[in-house]
Amino acid sequence: MTTRHHFEIADVGDVTVVRLTDRKVVDETNIQELGKELFSLVEEEKRKNLLLNFSSVGFLSSSALGKLITLEKKVKANGGKLKLSNIRPEIYEVFAITKLNKLFDIKDDETEALAAFQ
Amino acid sequence: MSNGSWPNESWSWRFERTIFSEPAAGKRILEEILRQLAMHHWSERDVFGVHLALEEALVNAIKHGNRCDASKRVHVECRISHRRFFVEVRDEGQGFNPDAVPDCTDEERLEMPGGRGVLLMRSFMSSVEFNGKGNCVVMTKDRSEREAESTAE
Repeated sequence: MTTRHHFEIADVGDVTVVRLTDRKVVDETNIQELGKELFSLVEEEKRKNLLLNFSSVGFLSSSALGKLITLEKKVKANGGKLKLSNIRPEIYEVFAITKLNKLFDIKDDETEALAAFQ
Repeated sequence: MSNGSWPNESWSWRFERTIFSEPAAGKRILEEILRQLAMHHWSERDVFGVHLALEEALVNAIKHGNRCDASKRVHVECRISHRRFFVEVRDEGQGFNPDAVPDCTDEERLEMPGGRGVLLMRSFMSSVEFNGKGNCVVMTKDRSEREAESTAE
């Protein structure tokens, strides 16, 4: 497993599981860094399928949502799939209000999300 | 615009600051306000809503309103009581028309930037009101009823 600044990754078959480690995804500098690190998984390391696990995340702002949308486009352009899991109810509410729960494939936990890649 | 003063409200904490247009200064104000809400025993859920809305308002003021211009200031006024929260955030920018912000929940626009911050502010607060110029926002939140009753006992 490789440790990065804002997440840890683990490979499960052809899926890269990305476990976000920041409790709050809010600070502009951190969001920019997180975006760069996530994008490099797709653009430099050419990873196709990504699963983002939000279990550690207790707060995120609309800027962070923007990065996730960009990531989704990059993953799709690379021929892969992006799924999200372990999102706390209050954070899920943010996705629901902005209707981004329709854009992203959100699963309850890693097991369910990994199965959905098959 | 509304001053949200509720003449009968007994505010137990009042706060007024003018800060430079720097994200770090906004963060310090946000942390102080959230600390006060916790000290007033507001629930995590209510604090989450205020956090989200105030974060968006401060980013709007510093980054979009004042465009991080060091010569411009952001004025923040806040009041907290046992059951109500009031905050006003004013910047020195050109302002904007909140009614002209595109609907970010439109199926065709889901992937486009813009509009989510204001939508989240409106969703998590009890009221959100912009002045005519669009460079000042007043937001209020009524504490969730069950929480207010339980700490009043």
